[in-house]
Amino acid sequence: MNTLPAIELCGVTKTFGSVIANKDVNLDVRHGEILAILGENGSGKTTLMNMISGIYYPDEGKIFIDGEEVVIKSPKDAFAHGIGMIHQHFKLVDLFTATENIILGIKDEKYNLKQAAESVKALCDRYGFELDPKKKIYEMAVSEKQTVEIIKVLYRGAEILILDEPTAVLTPQETRKLFDVLRKMRDDGKSIIIITHKLHEVLAISDRVAILRKGEHVATVDTATTSEAELTELMVGKKVSLNIDRTEPRDATPRLFVEGLNCLGHDGVKVLDNVSFTALGGEILGIAGIAGSGQRELLEAIAGLQHIESGTITYRSPEDGEDTDLRDKTPLEIRELGVRLSFVPEDRLGMGLVGDMDIVDNMMLRSYSYGKSFFLDRDPPKHLAEDIIAHLEVVTPSAATPVRRLSGGNVQKVLVGREISSAPTVLMAAYPVRGLDINSSYLIYNLLNAQKEKGVAVIFVGEDLDVLLELCDRILVIGSGRVTGIVDARTSTKEEIGLLMTKGGSDDGE
Amino acid sequence: MANKSATAEKKQREPLFHIVKRDGLRPWEPYAIRAVAILLALIVSSLLTLILTGKNPFLLFSAMFEGSFGSFRRFLSMLSDLAILLCISLAVTPAFKMRFWNIGAEGQVLAGGLATAACMILMKGWPIAVMIPLMLIVAVVAGALWAILPAVCKAFWGTNETLFTLMMNYVAIQLVRYFVTVWENPKGSGHIGVIRNGQLPAIAGYSEIIPILVVATAVALMYVYLKYSKHGYEIEVVGQSENTARYIGINVKHVIIRTMLVSGAICGLAGFLLVSGTDHTISPDTAGGDGFTAIMVSWLAKFNPLYMALTAFLIVFLSRGGGEIATTMRLNSSFPEILTGIILFFIIGCEFFIHYSVRLRHKKAAPAEVAADADSEEKEDRE
Repeated sequence: MNTLPAIELCGVTKTFGSVIANKDVNLDVRHGEILAILGENGSGKTTLMNMISGIYYPDEGKIFIDGEEVVIKSPKDAFAHGIGMIHQHFKLVDLFTATENIILGIKDEKYNLKQAAESVKALCDRYGFELDPKKKIYEMAVSEKQTVEIIKVLYRGAEILILDEPTAVLTPQETRKLFDVLRKMRDDGKSIIIITHKLHEVLAISDRVAILRKGEHVATVDTATTSEAELTELMVGKKVSLNIDRTEPRDATPRLFVEGLNCLGHDGVKVLDNVSFTALGGEILGIAGIAGSGQRELLEAIAGLQHIESGTITYRSPEDGEDTDLRDKTPLEIRELGVRLSFVPEDRLGMGLVGDMDIVDNMMLRSYSYGKSFFLDRDPPKHLAEDIIAHLEVVTPSAATPVRRLSGGNVQKVLVGREISSAPTVLMAAYPVRGLDINSSYLIYNLLNAQKEKGVAVIFVGEDLDVLLELCDRILVIGSGRVTGIVDARTSTKEEIGLLMTKGGSDDGE
Repeated sequence: MANKSATAEKKQREPLFHIVKRDGLRPWEPYAIRAVAILLALIVSSLLTLILTGKNPFLLFSAMFEGSFGSFRRFLSMLSDLAILLCISLAVTPAFKMRFWNIGAEGQVLAGGLATAACMILMKGWPIAVMIPLMLIVAVVAGALWAILPAVCKAFWGTNETLFTLMMNYVAIQLVRYFVTVWENPKGSGHIGVIRNGQLPAIAGYSEIIPILVVATAVALMYVYLKYSKHGYEIEVVGQSENTARYIGINVKHVIIRTMLVSGAICGLAGFLLVSGTDHTISPDTAGGDGFTAIMVSWLAKFNPLYMALTAFLIVFLSRGGGEIATTMRLNSSFPEILTGIILFFIIGCEFFIHYSVRLRHKKAAPAEVAADADSEEKEDRE
């Protein structure tokens, strides 16, 4: 076994304009180990990996592979050195089979599908993947597509594999399977780098953890001797309490009734199938599910953005108990009915905000049309913007800065701040902490909790089951557009929810 | 192994240059970059002039200047050209800001112009005080109609507005061609001569003044409309992100149609100013490609009506100057177009350098690998 590190970075620095993405990073990965790269969003994890895989070129510093200095200036070079990266977003041809995708673009080899399929099969058997080489990509579940991506890299002879947030799209069960495979690859002598920000996964899979903070490599620790608290502290730079203060719901009353909701997607496929639930004022209702199981459509249907095939959505006013039918109403009509429904969509800059507009103009998205004047009144939004900047500690040069220039956490503070400012009675938030650093995430959780205590019906779509279990009162699990269960967050477990998440797809035959 | 070292040899160099996004330029820096671009453009075109024609480039540039500022008459005529181009640029701007690619300004202007010409020819003997408002209305409506058809189809059936507006140009051109044969004067000449009836009055003997004033007012109004009105805000939201517009309940269809109505109406106004104000006749060439040039004017000014006055001036200045040097210096008429092309290339090209900077490879790259490969040619890289 080779004692030299499989890959070693020396003083690697990369800047984008005035932004330092990576500063003087020294890092090594040994043969036959799994190294987790941990860091908050914007700490430079992905930039660093992109330099190893040839997408960016470092401004300074050297990269050694097996002790020899190399220059990697394109993904092709990276492959030549046995480095393969599995990106978060899959790059596969939908109409091709697994094998066709795997051999796509390999030039120095005869096109022999049968032989290729056999090698693919051999790779699968060796590491314990489950994959049908003849299956077409569009027929595959997300986890299968990921398998294809991994085999694609292995097939090209990669010795160093980089996985960028591989578990983001997987259920807990699939994650466990992936980890088994990764361990087998490690035992086979491969070096694996896994980028993640989920602490418990880091602890479960890695041998060592390298922590990045603000572009700098702060430490590498042995996983066996560290703890969640220590990792967090290294990552954030100070002690953080990781507790969400969950209060018991007080006089929770029904606020929103959804009955037998059916919706079709763009291609005519059912995206919501007979969804029924009731959201209570004064509680946080979590929605869990594999990405793309209908969460977005559900919230958009309630917000009046998604056409509804059948079913009803009824809002009960907390003031007079009167019921209002929200079905087939546009967002404007919903507002005119006096229903104070706020919605923090998943796509912050593409839907919730306009990236090129400044904070002030984004503040008036909801309110610009009030009043009869032909002209805009920029005074109230200006005050609101200043208010939010002060209270939610938005880091921005000024209220006149385009929101696109803000960091992810600050963008989200602006959006959530605006949505809360209208004193909602229903607040829906889709993945509100995605891409946020720990401090911003907890700020958002606290804001949601504060709304709950005010009696707002909060609907929270999340991806991190640990957070859902800690923050919510009840959790609705959605699988393939169906409600597969509604559980009490105080007594349920991750395993239970994980099982429910996959249930919707499996009983298609009914 | 030999194979491997061969590939290693090829790879040991850093890329020749990196393109790096600029961030946080100081406010004056973009202007400095543009000034350098113009300077470079002048140097390159001077050199080219010397090499290709042997003429003194300074004489050439002064002749170019003469084209716009040689006399009061020329100056006014330049302003009048500028006014029409600017008017059409104003017209396409709200549509462009909404990301509705209205490349049918040419046709919309012709529709307005044709309507104006029809009034001038058919309303013989009407008092001018009645005719002018009437012509204005008819022209504006005609322009708006020409624009609203593609807008409605886009809003309701998602048709491609680029193709649709483009096709509408040809319809308008053919219509004008048809009416030119109907109204030709004198008979058999194949064109409509000067129409005496219904001309915009001249101020102090200059017919250009009213169109110039009208367009100057329009610039201010459009600036306010886009920046301070609710409509302008909606246009921006729809243009930036249709999803956001839906999310906050803007009626996107409504905004598309309303904005194209404004766009077409201003094109109609331009047609009116052209036919009743400056040309006093109509032909299929009345718009003279300004409907397309306006797109460039609008983009170059980043859809800001005030900057558009500058970019429109630049284009009019170059085209008039080009015509001037072609006649006075007796140059082939394509030569001034080459110069115009060079100048525009530099001015548009410098926008790239405002957003990005190019950094050359640094010399200290990869010395270790070079040292290891003794037979490499790259020894000078070692330090």
